[in-house]
Amino acid sequence: MSSLSQRRLGRSLLLHLFLTPLAVIWLFPLWMMIVFSTMPDNGIFSPGIELLPHDNFLANFHNLQRDTDFVGAIGISVSVAVTYTVLSVLLTSMAGWALARYHFVGKGFVVAIILGTITLPYAVVLIPQFIMVARDFQLANTWVALIVPPLFNSLGVLFMRQAFSMMPHDLFDAARVEGVKEWRIFLFVALPLARPMLAALAIILFLASWNNYLWPLLINSQPGAMTAPVALGTLIGLTKVSWGGLMVGAVMLTVPMLVVFVLLQRHFIAGIAAGAVK
Amino acid sequence: MRYQNATAYRFLTPYLLIFAIFWVWPIISSFMISFQATRTVPWRFAPTFNWGRLIGDPAFFNALKNTLLILVIQVPVMISLAIVMAVLLNSPLLKARALYRFAFFAPVVVGEVAYSAVFRLMFNLDFGIINKLLAGVGLVKIDWFSNVTPAMALIMIAVTWRWAGYNAIILLAGLQSIPEDVYEAATLDRVSKVKQFFYITLPLLKPVIVFCAVLSIIGTMQLFTEPFLITERGGPGGGTETLGLLLYRQGFRSLNFGYASAVAYTMAGLAITITLVQLWLTREPK
Repeated sequence: MSSLSQRRLGRSLLLHLFLTPLAVIWLFPLWMMIVFSTMPDNGIFSPGIELLPHDNFLANFHNLQRDTDFVGAIGISVSVAVTYTVLSVLLTSMAGWALARYHFVGKGFVVAIILGTITLPYAVVLIPQFIMVARDFQLANTWVALIVPPLFNSLGVLFMRQAFSMMPHDLFDAARVEGVKEWRIFLFVALPLARPMLAALAIILFLASWNNYLWPLLINSQPGAMTAPVALGTLIGLTKVSWGGLMVGAVMLTVPMLVVFVLLQRHFIAGIAAGAVK
Repeated sequence: MRYQNATAYRFLTPYLLIFAIFWVWPIISSFMISFQATRTVPWRFAPTFNWGRLIGDPAFFNALKNTLLILVIQVPVMISLAIVMAVLLNSPLLKARALYRFAFFAPVVVGEVAYSAVFRLMFNLDFGIINKLLAGVGLVKIDWFSNVTPAMALIMIAVTWRWAGYNAIILLAGLQSIPEDVYEAATLDRVSKVKQFFYITLPLLKPVIVFCAVLSIIGTMQLFTEPFLITERGGPGGGTETLGLLLYRQGFRSLNFGYASAVAYTMAGLAITITLVQLWLTREPK
């Protein structure tokens, strides 16, 4: 027996000896992001090795705000992400409900095309989407342009269909026999039951909107209409820019999401494990 | 079976409307645009204008080569790493599990712009922490941004850092759905842990691995932000230009939508082909 527990100990030791350096490497860029955000620019570009935070965060923040209106851009990003999440969760769960609950003509076809889009690169729709929104609808640099086109998602619908089809349908049937309208069953019976799945979906959708870069870069390129990632992106590569300020922006984009991640890890992981977003 | 067409479509309509306007129509539209000469107004139908140019365009083949190179190296490395992470995170021997999970999963919430900025600083030639550490242990500094090979390596490192944990989450969920008694039986039969990994874990995990590989291939096929921001518009000298970047340059810098659409359809064709080949290679034997 003692040789067995010794082997277990040895194996455990080996496991931690391998995983710890890997974890340190993985955390290193995030740590350096925080360290850089607290260093003056002449400290970032100095020959010494600096691994601990300094006290220049606020000055860097002012530099960032001088380079671009980052606080305004954060405001746009938050509003857009919240609106997008609410609308997308509603749209997605309605569609998932229809697919889980009803038999209807064309159901197989609808499921097939949703599945088909999973393997289709977004690049294929990007150009016509841009032409349509910017030229035909004249909606460039508006919130509508940021919120509406990304509303379609395929894995989210499949996720919600799965969630609803695992629920006891007798419950819904009983409500229907009582004469309760279908939309009321959906809103007041099914959705409350799906709360954990809705939370997972909402978190993933919020994150996707918060971090979305390519579409907002193309469609909302005017300074007052930029989202926070786009505003920050315009600074990367400029010659006269405060890198400390840039890192403050990176921290402001990242740290709130890390906190949400730690607090709501279970939902986060459920959402990603289901591949809830494309 | 009772059909409830009206009710079902009432729930589906908003979703299908968005789908039709922003996906179905664009899919058709960009196919048609790829057969039009779009550099002069009005656009005119010219079937070989863009596709003919594509076949003879060195910039296209450069972007194609770079994209496939990243695909062939980065995706297998990342998926292998993600499998290792998932298996080790799943080990009952692991202490402080939450800490390790945080370390590997945290990059999942980090935006492309934020991490691109950090990687640019970290890999800076003279002042980057990576080169300082390399010099510190007696190695030579690497010029990550001026030479093609290190620049490509940097892109792959960055993408792997950002997405390995994401795949590990999906794989870990797959691992946890493998029934415990399979391993107990194997342990009783004195099958070593290594053999258990290769003969139980990997085969049972295969569908999940394929799912991760397909998503990663489609993602890497469209790689844009990292070469756009980290290696500065696909530098040095187009050395890290990807198809995604070529599409951006042609479509949104030169406003040549026809040519950009041809590039987009090439990406789609490649993604679908690779996915099908992948599914065929890993199909269940009948």
